[in-house]
Formats: sequence, C-alpha cells, structure tokens
Amino acid sequence: MEEKRSMEKQFSPEKKGSEVIVVTSGKGGVGKTTTTANVGTGLAKLGKKVCLIDTDIGLRNLDVVMGLENRIVYNLVDVVEGNCRVKQALIRDKRHPGLYLMPSAQTRDKTAVSPGQMVKVIDHLREQFDYIILDCPAGIEQGFQNAIAGADRALVVTTPEVSAIRDADRIIGLLEANGFKQMDLVINRLRMDMVRRGDMMSANDVVDILAIPMIGVIPDDESVVVSTNQGEPLVGSASPAGQAYANVVQRVEGKEVPYLNFDRGISFWTRVTGIFHKA
Amino acid sequence: MRHFFRRKSSCQIAKDRLKILLISDRVNCSPEIMELIKTDIAKVLSKYMKIDSENMEIQINTKGSKSGRGSKMPSLYANIPIVDVTAQDVAK
Repeated sequence: MEEKRSMEKQFSPEKKGSEVIVVTSGKGGVGKTTTTANVGTGLAKLGKKVCLIDTDIGLRNLDVVMGLENRIVYNLVDVVEGNCRVKQALIRDKRHPGLYLMPSAQTRDKTAVSPGQMVKVIDHLREQFDYIILDCPAGIEQGFQNAIAGADRALVVTTPEVSAIRDADRIIGLLEANGFKQMDLVINRLRMDMVRRGDMMSANDVVDILAIPMIGVIPDDESVVVSTNQGEPLVGSASPAGQAYANVVQRVEGKEVPYLNFDRGISFWTRVTGIFHKA
Repeated sequence: MRHFFRRKSSCQIAKDRLKILLISDRVNCSPEIMELIKTDIAKVLSKYMKIDSENMEIQINTKGSKSGRGSKMPSLYANIPIVDVTAQDVAK
C-alpha cells in the first residue's frame, strides 16, 4: 500500500504535464497583459519552464510589455495555418532561461483561430512546459472563447471599480458555465489611501461581491508604468507591485504567502495630513 | 463640518449598487420578462385556486439558496394572495 502510494507520487507530475492558466477580465485595461507578463516571468525566475501565449489577435501587446517586440518572426496564426512549426513561433526570453513567448498576429482578427485549433497548439506545448499562460483579449466574444478553450484554470483580473467588477462577475459566470473549477481573483490597482478614506472598495469588499478565492492584491504603483516603458516585467523588484506579483507567483505555485501591508510606505506625517484632507 | 456627517462613503454606494446590479446581471432577466413570468404564474395557479393577480408580486433576490457561488445564488420569491383556496372546477 505504502509502496503504491509512493509510486503514484512519483508518476503524477508526468501524468499531469503542464498547468494551463488563462488570464482574463472581461473589461479592457485592468491589467491582464501586465499580470500575464509578471506571473510568467516570476515563474521562470523560480526555474520553471514557462510559455506565454498572446491570444489577442489583432491587438497584440504582450510582446511589447515583455520587451520582445523586435524578435517576432512567426506568430500564433502562422502556427495554426501551418506556415511554421510550433517551435519556430516561440521567442526565447534571453533574460530568463525557460521563458518563451508565442506572439499573436497583428494584421488578422479573432476569427483567424478557432477554439479547437487553440487546444491543439496548447496540447502540443504541454509536454515541454511547466506552465502555459494565456493572455486573453478583453470582451466575451470569440477571442475569449479561443483563450479559455485549452485552459485548466483561470486568473480573473479586476480593479476595485464598479465597471471592472461587473465585467469580472460576468466572466466568472461564463467560466463556470464552461466547466472551470479553479478561478482565482487578482485585484489590481488598489489604492490603500482611498480605501482608508472610504472612497475605494477594499480587497475584501471585492472578494465578498465576486465570491471566488483571491490570489493577489496589486497596489497601484507607478513602477508598473516604468517597467512597461522599459519592456521588463517588475516581478520580484523592490517596488510594492513587484513584491505583490512575486507573492502571486508563489500562490500560483500553491504556497501560502501572507498578504503585504501596503500601509508601510505611508509616513506618520502623511497620515496626520490625511486626516485633515478627509475633513 | 458637514463632511463629518457625510451620509455614505462612495465605497458603500459602489457596493450597494453592485449588489443590485449583479443580481439582475446574473439572472439575465429584463422587467418585461419578469412581467411575462408573473402573468404565466397567475395563469397556471388560477387553474387550481382563485388568486388575486392584481396584488401578486414576484422578485429575485440573493437570500435563501446556498448553492452555486457562495450564498450569491439568486432565487425567485413570489407573493401571491389567495382569494379562495377551494379548487376551481378542474375536473370539468
């Protein structure tokens, strides 16, 4: 019995292969691409083999956020149409061994790929990677259907705003209808100063409303813009967002990490003046 | 000074609005459809008993059923006044 159990343990990673995660949100501009880039880079920094796939055909962006835009030769549509082999479309990120990007096509539209074709491409990649992370386009049309078709689990990104939460709720409903069992919430651009003033929903408020487990809270941080400017994901850096993303990566791996306290950066004096601003 | 007695924080307003908004989003049910459901229920029930269809009301809220996502599963509540319980002539 004991022997059998250890055998199972030994063979289970091979049987499972890679984990396919779709990063989605419904609403545009809440940080799907930033989250994909940072979680992917973070996992690669832990020594995992990671493949990022941009499924936003016609509006590709993951390549610029990753700083790999000058190295694109083939793309996802080329793979699907048989113009190249899967391997040829993968761009290796030289900064992080084990990190690859499959860019999307810029001159085509969402109908160039079908959900079935996406599943095929992903199944081909499963053998070679620990994680495959799909950057989903905004919306709930075919681009969304393509992105979720081959995924095992989802990261739902939202900001603490009414519109983004409403769209996230719709997305969660659609993911449930498509048989997703594991959906985790990333709350992006949280401003603790506004939460304290009562002018922004807290992470707990958002979790209460959406009723799925939370996997990370990313504070609103200027360094995200700087890192995007530079084409270098900030995960693991000393900035608050970099730290928060590093924690998300740990939690994606299944580790329990305490949540950061974003209050620390605020001095006593800011707090005192904050009281007067409030009044 | 007025600000100290502010009625509601914008955070609370957002939460309240979302709660109502998401119920109707999840149910995906317009007021017209609600009205149709109401008349259909009245039609079916009046086969068996005399009801006051003028004063009946139906609504969807999140109380009750705990299946689905947490306690957020919406359910339909109907309040239908019965004028006469004795069965109408169904047999006929």
